[in-house]
Amino acid sequence: MSDLRELYQQVILDHYKRPRNFKKLDGATRQAEGNNPLCGDQITVYLHMDGDLIRDISFEGAGCAISQSAASLMTTVLKGKTKAEAGALFEKFHEMVTGGENAVDPMELGKLAVFCGVKEFPVRVKCASLPWHTMRAALEGQNGSVSTE
Amino acid sequence: MSTHARPRIGEQHCQECLVSIGPERIREEFPTLWTKVHGKPLVYLDNAATTQKPRSVIEALTRYYTEENSNVHRGVHLLSQVATQAYESGRTKVRQFVNAAHDREIIFTRGTTEGINLVAQTYGRRALRAGDEVLISAMEHHSNIVPWQMICEEKGAALKVIPMNDAGELLLEEYRRLLTDRTKLVAVTHVSNALGTVNPIQDVIALAHGRGIPVLVDGAQAVSHMPVDVRELDCDFYAFSGHKLFGPTGIGILYGKAYLLEAMPPYQGGGDMISAVTFEKTIYNTLPYKFEAGTPHIAGVIGLAAAIEYVERVGRNQIAAYEADLLAYGTEILTAVPGLRLIGTARDKAGVLSFVLDGIHAHDVGTILDLEGVAVRAGHHCAMPVMKRFGLPATARASLAFYNTRADLDALAKGLHKVREVFA
Repeated sequence: MSDLRELYQQVILDHYKRPRNFKKLDGATRQAEGNNPLCGDQITVYLHMDGDLIRDISFEGAGCAISQSAASLMTTVLKGKTKAEAGALFEKFHEMVTGGENAVDPMELGKLAVFCGVKEFPVRVKCASLPWHTMRAALEGQNGSVSTE
Repeated sequence: MSTHARPRIGEQHCQECLVSIGPERIREEFPTLWTKVHGKPLVYLDNAATTQKPRSVIEALTRYYTEENSNVHRGVHLLSQVATQAYESGRTKVRQFVNAAHDREIIFTRGTTEGINLVAQTYGRRALRAGDEVLISAMEHHSNIVPWQMICEEKGAALKVIPMNDAGELLLEEYRRLLTDRTKLVAVTHVSNALGTVNPIQDVIALAHGRGIPVLVDGAQAVSHMPVDVRELDCDFYAFSGHKLFGPTGIGILYGKAYLLEAMPPYQGGGDMISAVTFEKTIYNTLPYKFEAGTPHIAGVIGLAAAIEYVERVGRNQIAAYEADLLAYGTEILTAVPGLRLIGTARDKAGVLSFVLDGIHAHDVGTILDLEGVAVRAGHHCAMPVMKRFGLPATARASLAFYNTRADLDALAKGLHKVREVFA
């Protein structure tokens, strides 16, 4: 049960059931789509950029609790961040959920640390990272869609 | 041969039915079923993906590699003769298992997928012209869709699809209408991997034959659950896999009527499939070797033969009866889980309980069940068009084998209540 609660923390379940910033963003300057074909997770991230600043961010999508809550939490932390700050958070988040070489202190990630348990579930890493990959694609103005495959 | 004091199933119990042998005796023979996952006893309900192997299969593989390893069909030395005999007697075993008329109608492949590709690339390539049609069903696994798409695209032929109803049953009236002079082949699954539907395959075949159209049956999900008699079905091709039949991975079977196989060009070129080679010309070998280029999966055939022996000792009619009871029990207890909807409710089903839970994604269901020791599949089950037909991204799927028990299904139901608790 401890592993279970580690993965499905209350914050994650709360964001899954009541996703924040879940809407199409009027006046979005950039957007990107992400798909996880294996699970059917699907996400669209909208950005309203003001120069290098993320003035506003939102998402729409459907999928599992991990992917949808990761998207919701991501939007709450990225609003008001610069492109460089968002990129740095992407790297840290990615390191944390993949359990990569450069161990990240979850404290550095603030409320995103609730996804720390994902690294114990290799098949679910893609779920957690899909919104972040999608956000980065939008940030970098890539056309088309992102896939985790 | 037995290294165990207690007689194995069949050695003294051949006349007994599965239920009287007792599931516990059967489970003893499958070492994987004793393992623990996440500190909990494994409840293995992913048999449509692959089945576990009885000790007799594992021992047959060990014995071959320990005592008999050699190449087939070419050595004058003793071991090669032993290996050749074991390999060819495996073919006879398979022929008897599906009641084919001749050993040469049994082609060894890597699996069901390769069997279907073989027919598409040889029979299909010869038979199809621009404007022709291949008819498949709405519930096919990708392996019975993509090979036909590939050859249809190459030939300018069209792929047509027999629709199904909301229960997951083929619409035979629609099928009748789709059979035309343009139809050159029908390829339909015997049992749906995603829904569990047992198709009325005999009717499907008879209707096609009424217009002189050959039929390929994807039997991957059928052979472990029920007796299959290719002559009674009168199918033209029947493909299945060893690993879904308690045998090794990497070995499959394509049954084909001899006159069709004779007329088909080879699939791959290489050793074993030739009678004579010069740089100017090659004379192909006779059946079945024409379709078995290269050193075959000898150990796979030997393991498969042991698996078939095992299944026959348990008894295929007994397996079907036991699993029907298990499926009915599973259907009953899953239906009682609040918010659960079964996907695939055909009147005739085998071995599969596919479902969705309200407001909870199949992958979350799968992860939480896994932590409870219950192994199910979550996803599209390599049948994305089936998911689309039901308007779902994915389902969770529990699939049965004869070593499963009511206790396994109770564990599944208990796990599902935990899933609901987590998401409450």
